[in-house]
Amino acid sequence: MNPTTTITVRELTKKFGPFTAVDHITFDVHAGEVFGFLGANGAGKTTAIRILTGLLLPTSGEARVAGFDVYRQPEQIKRHIGYMSQKFSLYQDLTPLENIRFFGGIYGLSVRTIRRKSEELMHRLGMEAMADRLVGTLPLGWKQKLAFSLALIHEPRIVFLDEPTSGVDPLTRRTFWEMIRTEADKGTTMFVTTHYMDEAEYCDRVSIMVHGRIAALDTPRGLKERFGASHMEEVFLQLTRGGNA
Amino acid sequence: MPIEADNLVKRYGDLTAVDRVSLRVADGEIFGLTGPDGAGKSSLFRMLTTLVRPDEGSGRVAGFDIRTDYLEIRKRIGYMPDVFSLYEDLSVRENLHFFARVFGVRVKENYHLIREVYEPLKPFERRRAGKLSGGMKQKLALACALIHQPEALFLDEPTTGVDAVSRKEFWDILYRIRARGVAILVATPYMDEAARCDRLGLMQDGRLMVQGAPQELIAQYPHHLYAFRAHQAYRYLELLRRHPRVHRAVLAGEAVHVSSLAPLDPEDMRQYLREAGIMDFAFEPAAPDIEDVFIALVDQQQPQTQEA
Repeated sequence: MNPTTTITVRELTKKFGPFTAVDHITFDVHAGEVFGFLGANGAGKTTAIRILTGLLLPTSGEARVAGFDVYRQPEQIKRHIGYMSQKFSLYQDLTPLENIRFFGGIYGLSVRTIRRKSEELMHRLGMEAMADRLVGTLPLGWKQKLAFSLALIHEPRIVFLDEPTSGVDPLTRRTFWEMIRTEADKGTTMFVTTHYMDEAEYCDRVSIMVHGRIAALDTPRGLKERFGASHMEEVFLQLTRGGNA
Repeated sequence: MPIEADNLVKRYGDLTAVDRVSLRVADGEIFGLTGPDGAGKSSLFRMLTTLVRPDEGSGRVAGFDIRTDYLEIRKRIGYMPDVFSLYEDLSVRENLHFFARVFGVRVKENYHLIREVYEPLKPFERRRAGKLSGGMKQKLALACALIHQPEALFLDEPTTGVDAVSRKEFWDILYRIRARGVAILVATPYMDEAARCDRLGLMQDGRLMVQGAPQELIAQYPHHLYAFRAHQAYRYLELLRRHPRVHRAVLAGEAVHVSSLAPLDPEDMRQYLREAGIMDFAFEPAAPDIEDVFIALVDQQQPQTQEA
């Protein structure tokens, strides 16, 4: 494995009975890369992500995530990745500080580290005034920043972001992408799924899954040139049209 | 007018979910509502579909008063709420027939109204609704909302979480429904969909900040917008923000969108960037999109607000 490669996937396949959800996919993702993982509903994205996050065993093929093997070391994978989705990331009836302590504890950080991280985070996010409010009462933009920071609390090499921006206002969305870019610049891999095709433009490279396979993988610019498209949406439509039942 | 709202207000305790919203949707018109979660879109839908009573203001749907004539209104509208609301353990076919029967119509007689929505579901008629993919659930919900030939359709984020292909198909169907003269009020978080509406309202904190044709809204963009492009353009966000005449610098795909309250001289800006040691870049005036308009309006209305 190349030292800067954080995810290596070779001929990875997952079958459910007669149905092949993930069909011999192969790709690498690098340190510091923002990698867009797109596809139509039912194309196999969720299954692939579940394998890469150590939640599901593949049928065949190979995959290593953060240096760990998906067959033999799924628990190590879970410990060395971060995960955030818009739907479930924070406990709404805990305060921001309690959420930080909880997730820090889950990831086995020491009490001292958690204390230091709590102060650091609250200060960096400008959330000191909200430290004692329940997360459920905070505006969505703050929740999202906090959830992202918690996905990073154990300094993982890779963060999986599953539709991280749904439901937020445009400024929050753009500010959030700035956080993703800034964090990637420090060397963390950002593995992102989204249905906002304009967000694919924020990624260094984008893969598009169709029927369990990777139909295209390139930079946004490379994909647009290849398909003669001005927007990623056109690329996506050309690749997947008629491709989802 | 099939859909009319006049100064509608809905409060929940201390929270004003909808704050004096007025709008009209004509026959054969698609009116889009866009805004973040919590902006008040769903509360507005619930008042217009007679599920909750407004605290202030008035509304008429299909010619009837939303406070008093709710039984009449319910017969004449189709509504897709923001959560999947069909019977998950009934089949596709059973759901459709159930809704037809509730409204006293026959699927056979009204099938022409739903043909284009329902045809793709035909091979799965016996499947339980709960087992459908996101795109198919959305089509079934639309078929069930259309079977009784409503005069007005209320679609509350029908495409959230649905992939771009299914969303495109959904909008092709909406255009055909519009062509039959139905008034459509649709909420969407996707700005590309917002741009496809005949008219569009931008909502934030319960208020409808502005409404008009998408092109009109873009033409009213109050600031001046420029695009900065360079390899890893995001690395220069702080530098751009430090310039005294720059109001905002935000990521926009590969580029950075730079806005200012008064026009900037692009050459001055290029000089500023060169002096900071950047060599290979472009700084040009840019055309705003709906998101840029949204951001500028929020700025104008809440100048003191911190970035969240």
